[in-house]
Amino acid sequence: MVKIDLRVNGESRAVDVDPRTSLLDLLRERLGLTGAKKGCDHGQCGACTVLIDGRRANACLALAVAQDGAEVTTVEGLADGDALHPVQDAFLDRDAFQCGYCTPGQLCSAVGMLAEHGPSAVTGDLEHDPELTDAEIRERMSGNLCRCGAYVNIVAAVREVVA
Amino acid sequence: MRPFTYARAADTADAVRNAGPGTMYLGGGTNLVDLMRLGVAEPAHLVDVSRLAHDTIEETSTGLRIGAAVRNSDLAAHPVVRSRYPMLARAVLTGASAQVRNVATVGGNLLQRTRCPYFQDVSKPCNKRRPGSGCPAVEGDHANLAVLGHSEHCVATHPSDMAVALAALGATVHVSGPDGDRTVPMPGLHRLPADRPAEDTVLAAGELITAVELPAPPAGRSAYRKVRERASFAFALVSVAAALDVGEDGVVRDCRLALGGVAHAPWRAMYAEEALRGAPADRDTFTGAADLELAEARPLPRNAYKVPLARHLIVHTLQELMP
Repeated sequence: MVKIDLRVNGESRAVDVDPRTSLLDLLRERLGLTGAKKGCDHGQCGACTVLIDGRRANACLALAVAQDGAEVTTVEGLADGDALHPVQDAFLDRDAFQCGYCTPGQLCSAVGMLAEHGPSAVTGDLEHDPELTDAEIRERMSGNLCRCGAYVNIVAAVREVVA
Repeated sequence: MRPFTYARAADTADAVRNAGPGTMYLGGGTNLVDLMRLGVAEPAHLVDVSRLAHDTIEETSTGLRIGAAVRNSDLAAHPVVRSRYPMLARAVLTGASAQVRNVATVGGNLLQRTRCPYFQDVSKPCNKRRPGSGCPAVEGDHANLAVLGHSEHCVATHPSDMAVALAALGATVHVSGPDGDRTVPMPGLHRLPADRPAEDTVLAAGELITAVELPAPPAGRSAYRKVRERASFAFALVSVAAALDVGEDGVVRDCRLALGGVAHAPWRAMYAEEALRGAPADRDTFTGAADLELAEARPLPRNAYKVPLARHLIVHTLQELMP
């Protein structure tokens, strides 16, 4: 076991972890934060997306032991008390989900995306940061799968926050 | 997952010193952690090099020096990469997802393993994973595997997009190891499988990639084009990194051409480049050059589509780069 210190949703946590533990399992099994979901456990579906030091990442591919000193934000940490994060509000407004399993990952991914700069694979002019058109939003959110196919409303929700 | 010990390296020398038998370096872990979970990789010890100081991008007298711990997303968003090496920015941006690019390092991207389905399934034989056990892909599911440079022992492809651009740009990989520092040219880091498919690269045990150095960018315009089974977050069926410089007289002054998704290594199309230089920049020349390069292709029954796909992609991309 290895002792690590990290901050999760603003709170300091000191935990002993087996080096094999993923950040996702640490959050869900040890810290009781079951918002981040285990979908594929291979980094392909995005249901486990959290923010590590402000950047979106797949918690299933992150070894907990390698996160010593990191600042982690999960879906549970997005709202400010009872005031939902604007992205959460937009998902409610636009009905951007069906079963909800991918939603925590979609929310964290969208929050991370909105803080990112630079072009994407669909950006025409690489030298200037593009406007977040629907095509840009789709490309930038492509690491989050939704088996229910709520993509149209997810794009609408993200667009609402961008506007 | 097999138990292992973990240590965060203090610096490059510390990392190399601690890389004994059974040790693997951990970058972002986006491929390695998955392979460990699948039982494909079974390190006894991980040395975490993701927080080493070589995480900056610096301009050199002619080009750029990219630290091995630079995250893929930071590489693609760097202003100089975007303006002077658009082929590289585009290649990186077409790889994986934003979540993976935020974490994956430049060094790790180069050293990621093939996504051949047999390599990733420990219940199957695989000469790359278990030398001498056989290659079921030759008779089986090889629809997305190699058409160039493969052997009877292995038909795996290298999955990186970034590496294809680096091969076209003629990058230099800086390495530190137990026997000191050295450089390895791109292409040249990745091997063809021959009868030793377990060895993806020419790196020796314990060698650590510390930086990738780019020479001055090629003249003319450049592009990275990737064909895949869905619009995003998928590996290349075939990709092309190309640069084309055409003179006032309509003759190709210089060019760069590399292919991804077709071989065990990023495939620098040297025959095609030679045919293009000094020839009129037109469709006939481009087609002839593509055919010359692909004459060496030995497709398998279910990946024969890659040969005409590569041909069309080369011609189309070069046409797009015409002034």
